[in-house]
Amino acid sequence: MIGIALYCLVPFYWMVVSSFRRTADIYDKSPFPSPWSLESYEAVFAADMGFGQSLVNSLVVAGVTTAVTLLVGTLAAYALARLEFRAKNVVLALVIAVSMFPGALLIVPLLKLFTAIGWINTYQAMIVPSMSFALPLTIWNLTTFFRQLPYELEQAAMIDGCTAFAAFRRVMVPLAAPGIFTTAILAFIATWNEFIIAVTMINDQARQTATVRIAQFTGAAKFDTPFGTQMAAGVLVTIPLVLLVLFFQRRIVAGLTAGALK
Amino acid sequence: MLSPTMVVLALVVFYPLVAALRESFYESGQRLDADGFVVEGEWFAGLANYAGVAQQRFMNAALNTTLFTVVTVALEVVLGVAMALIMQRAFRGRALLRAGILIPWAVPTAVAGLMWKWIFQADGVANALLGTEILWTADGAWAKLAVIVADTWKTAPFVGLLVLAGLQIIPADVYEAARVDGATPRQTFWRVTLPLVRPALLVAVLFRLMDALRVFDLPYVLVGPRKQSVETLSGLIWDEATRVHYGPASAYGTALFGYIAVIAFVFVKLLGADLLGDVRARRREGSARVA
Repeated sequence: MIGIALYCLVPFYWMVVSSFRRTADIYDKSPFPSPWSLESYEAVFAADMGFGQSLVNSLVVAGVTTAVTLLVGTLAAYALARLEFRAKNVVLALVIAVSMFPGALLIVPLLKLFTAIGWINTYQAMIVPSMSFALPLTIWNLTTFFRQLPYELEQAAMIDGCTAFAAFRRVMVPLAAPGIFTTAILAFIATWNEFIIAVTMINDQARQTATVRIAQFTGAAKFDTPFGTQMAAGVLVTIPLVLLVLFFQRRIVAGLTAGALK
Repeated sequence: MLSPTMVVLALVVFYPLVAALRESFYESGQRLDADGFVVEGEWFAGLANYAGVAQQRFMNAALNTTLFTVVTVALEVVLGVAMALIMQRAFRGRALLRAGILIPWAVPTAVAGLMWKWIFQADGVANALLGTEILWTADGAWAKLAVIVADTWKTAPFVGLLVLAGLQIIPADVYEAARVDGATPRQTFWRVTLPLVRPALLVAVLFRLMDALRVFDLPYVLVGPRKQSVETLSGLIWDEATRVHYGPASAYGTALFGYIAVIAFVFVKLLGADLLGDVRARRREGSARVA
């Protein structure tokens, strides 16, 4: 058990430790930084790195993608969980198939399309393609969740005079809030970590997301990789996710396994 | 209620799929027309773009992708099952362990790539601990190993979580029956635990296979783009696309899509990872309940 914890945490710990070393002793192997230093963090936020801006970009892209995906996905999931229609299995199969779609195949047509309509270096060039993987994940999770809610609730609402849509909006959505929240976390993390679309559609540093930005940090000399700065940036990019994990671990595990277990 | 979803999927998935298919049969650029004038545009190229599929670079990328997929998925399954078995027994500190195990999953792949690049530096901590002087992140066989280690670290805990969820729905009396019948722990694992956890395990493996086959960011960050020893199919497609070789990029993309589809189909057929079967069964349950 301790072995598992060590396996998971030691490499991450090494990144954190390295980020607190001075540039001069970045190659030290001691388990604690000595002396502690915020040098790397100062370097990350130096104006020419554009790192703060990239964090904002990531937040915008992941936030908007999550919001739009939830809006669209909740409707679809509810329909798939509750309504009976003929193409239902086809739609579900489609959703699964799409979630396995290789991002690399999307980039050529989308790159051409976005070049033609002038979307290169815009947020929407990242948000729209990101929905291709966030949406299946959302639908899959929420369908499982809606199925667990008892039918009697909507029936009661409709007997009380609600239309089917009002029953959905006023009764089911509030009840499904925990599931929607869990799905939101998963979709947010997936979009925050997205790489291939962001690295393809954006070449302007001011619009790059954080994951792409840190991969392209360069040092003063051309072949000098600024590892301390990269580690510090890596820690900063990961912190929001680690906080989400610490606070909502039970929900996240439930959400991750919902799709796998039925 | 499904129409917004359909619109989105049509725009971001089906349009690109069809466009990529079309693109893979076309060539663009300049050429001379019948009168000797230079014309610019696109023209039908037949299977010319697919010629690259037989060439060394594509075959190399395909081999890299396949090797990476087979090795990492195998390692992740073994480690994941082991982790799940241990976690199932743990009572104290389970919440803490669960948070810890989610960390590798939550770390963005690009950050994980940088982190392992740092660990695998020539004078980094991996060489110091092993007492070796291996150039892990230079182009070469060691780079393959570095990518495999990094990916296994990141995703084995995820497999572990899925398997753990599968373990937890196995009723205790099955184990009790096995014990009463005098089964050794080893027999219990192979004859009871593994068959019962199989559905959860197969879904986890299917997810991982699909993810591993399209891997891009980890080798890109850890070793670099256009490195022969770790270039994956996605990496090759990305490289062709960014150099405006849309035709070949689309042809390779279509080939990768076909490859993934075949693997998924074979996996589902052979091992019966019946994703949709469960959907169908649930649907029957659902309609039975309504009736």
